[in-house]
Amino acid sequence: MTKTYYDPADLKRFGNIREFGEKLGDKFFDWYNAVFAEGALTKREKALIALAVAHAVQCAYCIDAYTTGSLESGADERQMMEAVHVAAAIRGGSSLVHAVQMMNKVKSVSM
Amino acid sequence: MNSAAVTLRRRDPALASPQRQLELLRRGSERLAALEPFAARLERAGLAPLRAQGIEVLQVNVGKVCNQTCKHCHVDAGPERTEAMPREVFQACLRLLERTAIPTVDLTGGAPEMNPHFRWFVERARALGRAVIVRSNLTILSANARFAELPEFFRDQGVRVICSLPYYEAGFTDRQRGQGVFAKSVAALQRLNALGYGQAGGGLELDLVYNPAGAFLPADQAALEADYKRVLAARHGIVFNRLYTLANLPIARFLDYLQASGNLEDYLEKLVCAFNPAAAGAVMCRTLLSVGWDGRLYDCDFNQMLELPVEGGARIQDLDDPAALATRAIRGDQHCYGCTAGAGSS
Repeated sequence: MTKTYYDPADLKRFGNIREFGEKLGDKFFDWYNAVFAEGALTKREKALIALAVAHAVQCAYCIDAYTTGSLESGADERQMMEAVHVAAAIRGGSSLVHAVQMMNKVKSVSM
Repeated sequence: MNSAAVTLRRRDPALASPQRQLELLRRGSERLAALEPFAARLERAGLAPLRAQGIEVLQVNVGKVCNQTCKHCHVDAGPERTEAMPREVFQACLRLLERTAIPTVDLTGGAPEMNPHFRWFVERARALGRAVIVRSNLTILSANARFAELPEFFRDQGVRVICSLPYYEAGFTDRQRGQGVFAKSVAALQRLNALGYGQAGGGLELDLVYNPAGAFLPADQAALEADYKRVLAARHGIVFNRLYTLANLPIARFLDYLQASGNLEDYLEKLVCAFNPAAAGAVMCRTLLSVGWDGRLYDCDFNQMLELPVEGGARIQDLDDPAALATRAIRGDQHCYGCTAGAGSS
């Protein structure tokens, strides 16, 4: 019986979700693979975006996968850390920008 | 002298044994033993038996002496190694060139420039009208006064220079190849550029080689080449012709790194999953013959380091029938998944 929620080996078993729903699983993976194919954005740009989003949503599986994915698309540590900072800046900024609403309210009810 | 690591022979003599490395890759754990044998994978791809398709390149490994001890080195080369090709083996190589139409000689090592017969052999091979490639680590050009004029020698002989630069920044490069290697490599590339190397259509070809600084696969060659050209030109004024991407093969010091870092099984599984039949059909061993420092013949430099000689186990000094080698069956084992992964290794 596992004593932790996450087992790194489970990342490789992602495809097994089809066992409990083949049709929707197939649709998802077809779309997923199409999303990450080279297009208007390069594979490296997509890997770095995915890495940043993985940190924003804090998915351990995605962080694992897209750390490797970014390295294998030619990114280095500095590029990857900058991408994570972008995620952090957006998350932090999305809290702070709502402070404008707070300030508006303070001013509307304060003398 | 740069030293990113000690040689495996000194650090772990047991693992330095080629037989031990082959056994580790085949059966070192349950997960490794469960991987499909390379021969079976070739069979399934309709490529077995893999045979040579002529000899376009005579790759001569002139020895294991090197001024660097890069962490990933499949040769386990370093300053304390002593294996160096003697003159009589070089002469046997020249005799083979005289008897055949092999168009290209590819000099590798260790640091091939450190062999005392290096310049003499380059001159003789060029006099026979063969193209000569030198795989240079770049730092050798500034390592010692006796190598200082090699760039001019390369230019005068029309040598094609292929050199390793694991990344266009110092971080990955120095961690893999030694502190300060990136800066020295940049200086050497600038010097080669000043002599005319690396200009498009200029006739003096300068190519770079990328290999991953860890247990991951190489990036797309075209995309990386564009990045290297853009950054090296903008930051250092460096130009070059082509970038090649190579996967690290699980041999010698890279195998040691994989095992010590706990990445061995994941990495082998990654290589096996990335098997590409197109890459397998175009592997370099199909048109290359590898000569060891002592004259023994191999299908490639990787087989050489694992002591897997060509069918029949000939030495170049005793070679009666070179024509038979042009269609020989190629020996493979689990390490070969490194050359058949993804886009392949050039």
